[in-house]
Amino acid sequence: MTQALVFIDNPGPALKKSSLELLTIARSLGDTAVAFNGELHDDVAAALGAYGATTVYRPSAADLDDYLVAPKAAYLAAAVAASGAGTVLLENSADGKEIAARLGIKLNAGVITDVVGVDADGTAHKSVLAGSYNTTAKATSAVAVLSVKPNSVDPEAAPAPVTPETVTVEVPADAAANAARITARSAKPASGRPDLGEARVVVSGGRGVDGNFGPIEELADALGGAVGASRAATDAGWISHDYQVGQTGKTVSPQLYVSVGISGAIQQKAGMQTSKVIVAINKDAESPIFEIADFGIIGDLFKVVPQATEEIKKRKG
Amino acid sequence: MEETLKIVVLVKHVPDAQFDRHITGANNTTDRDESILSELDEYALEAALQLIEARGGSKAGNQVIALSMGPAGAVNAVKKSLQIGATEGVHLSDDALAGSDAAATSLALAAVIRHLGADAPVDLVLTGMASTDGETSLVPAQLAERLSLPQLTFASSLDVTGGKVVARRDGDTHSDTVEASLPALVSVTDQINEPRYPNFKGILGAKKKKITTLSLADIGVGASEVGTAGSLTVVESAQARPPRTAGTIITDEGDAGIKLVEFLAAQKLL
Ligand SMILES: Cc1cc2nc3c(=O)[nH]c(=O)nc-3n(C[C@H](O)[C@H](O)[C@H](O)COP(=O)(O)OP(=O)(O)OC[C@H]3O[C@@H](n4cnc5c(N)ncnc54)[C@H](O)[C@@H]3O)c2cc1C
Ligand SMILES: Nc1ncnc2c1ncn2[C@@H]1O[C@H](COP(=O)(O)O)[C@@H](O)[C@H]1O
Repeated sequence: MTQALVFIDNPGPALKKSSLELLTIARSLGDTAVAFNGELHDDVAAALGAYGATTVYRPSAADLDDYLVAPKAAYLAAAVAASGAGTVLLENSADGKEIAARLGIKLNAGVITDVVGVDADGTAHKSVLAGSYNTTAKATSAVAVLSVKPNSVDPEAAPAPVTPETVTVEVPADAAANAARITARSAKPASGRPDLGEARVVVSGGRGVDGNFGPIEELADALGGAVGASRAATDAGWISHDYQVGQTGKTVSPQLYVSVGISGAIQQKAGMQTSKVIVAINKDAESPIFEIADFGIIGDLFKVVPQATEEIKKRKG
Repeated sequence: MEETLKIVVLVKHVPDAQFDRHITGANNTTDRDESILSELDEYALEAALQLIEARGGSKAGNQVIALSMGPAGAVNAVKKSLQIGATEGVHLSDDALAGSDAAATSLALAAVIRHLGADAPVDLVLTGMASTDGETSLVPAQLAERLSLPQLTFASSLDVTGGKVVARRDGDTHSDTVEASLPALVSVTDQINEPRYPNFKGILGAKKKKITTLSLADIGVGASEVGTAGSLTVVESAQARPPRTAGTIITDEGDAGIKLVEFLAAQKLL
């Protein structure tokens, strides 16, 4: 019997690393199935097998993407029933959390978001209050619904690949009855840099960059990292809101976070203070960011950052 | 002239993030001293006020009802909302609510919204994108599910005309336009507007506005459906992370960029 069901929504031609992580966690809980939505490319089907999914559920309806969240939750509830799974794993995106939310009501199941680890007995680990507490939580219901943050485990393929059985799940007829319709969709340009939420290194710029993200981007590229920003920088229109780190932007937890020209307000810290190593460059010695920096430089970013970038390039030859 | 609107805005009373926040309460709950109206709910309130102002305000029969669920102190979130411009307030308070998770919270709030719609239907439920303490973003979607309302969540723009709601939702890889008919539930992000501050007139005027306090009995919800009894999750342990301490701080003397790279190399981060 299936123990864990992973929801994977429209991966495109390849599974994201975060999906592989979900599959890895699912396998640690037992027999794993996938509830899939969207076009299933051959490579993706093969990857699902390589990661040990014994069953892949597909929705009977093809129009789930035309609505916001609600019909996907209805489909997923039907897939949970078909699989008999006790744990449902989703990605921790806005859509993932909201599908989890509605699934929780439909199945009378406890929902835990922002999970960073799952024990074999279903105990979920998460940090709360802007990273100031580590907690463990558990669903007390028959089914547990968990949305898991990226970089929570190292993806690991199954010891032996399987060929999943494909099963179509009937989407309830009224699934879209009270759903908001998506009437237009515009793709955002891809940056070519690592995804901010998953990157090993993040270099963020704040109001101090004064409209010029050039030095930030160059350092990020030299380190193979992603670019981030404070809200002051996104509000000023210097860089898109997609790059905002913090309470109302992305929460990141990279190996290295370089904070440049950012004062370190509580809402900014909320999104980055669980980073492994924090470097801060700021010309004001009184900036609160220095209270949490492992390495702080009091200085002008326009001098320090290009010098560091040059030095890295030189060392990398 | 546009249709008049009856809007319920959800306002949560949360521990102020400017101070250290602690998990010291029963069942690993957050200590609620030093609490304030959740900053992110101010955007929902502002969106509601802008909608009714475009329709002649309260004089024309429009309503913005600020609703908060929480212990005695939560009435302060309602009062602040009235000062900012909500037309009336509702405070759901009952000892049995303590320790409610998202499922229990959404159950109770859904019952209040049904109760408020008994005389005249609620057209719009507006919420913040997340509470600044729980930060789960579960409650809005769960309320929409429980109330069978279309959900338009994480709206960075909002337009209501001719009984239709249109919102923009910015995702990671794409930006969507979403649409539904009233009644609907909308959660808004901090990109949607610039919340106003209460002014002197607002603060004085708020004293005359009605605040209704409701108990679980008033909304027909049993004590076992909410609180820890009605919750589907338990927090089993909470450990304060050791506070981050400052490391090495240097002042640039012309070679700080090089020193930074030496630090990164020593940490094996290059
Ligand atoms: C509801 C709400 C949500 C929010 N969400 C977020 C969020 O998600 N993320 C976020 O970041 N903020 C958020 N904020 C905003 C937050 O409170 C701060 O206002 C913001 O983080 C400040 O950005 P900053 O540090 O870039 O700007 P400032 O605070 O102005 O700091 C700029 C810093 O740059 C330094 N500097 C200037 N020039 C140089 C130079 N040449 N070299 C070196 N240093 C220099 C200055 O010394 C200063 O410390 C939110 C606020 C609210 C109310
Ligand atoms: N106890 C509460 N009282 C009023 N509104 C709430 C409460 N809990 C959550 N909300 C609303 O739901 C939103 C999301 O909260 P959450 O799901 O906890 O992140 C908040 O911004 C509020 O608008």
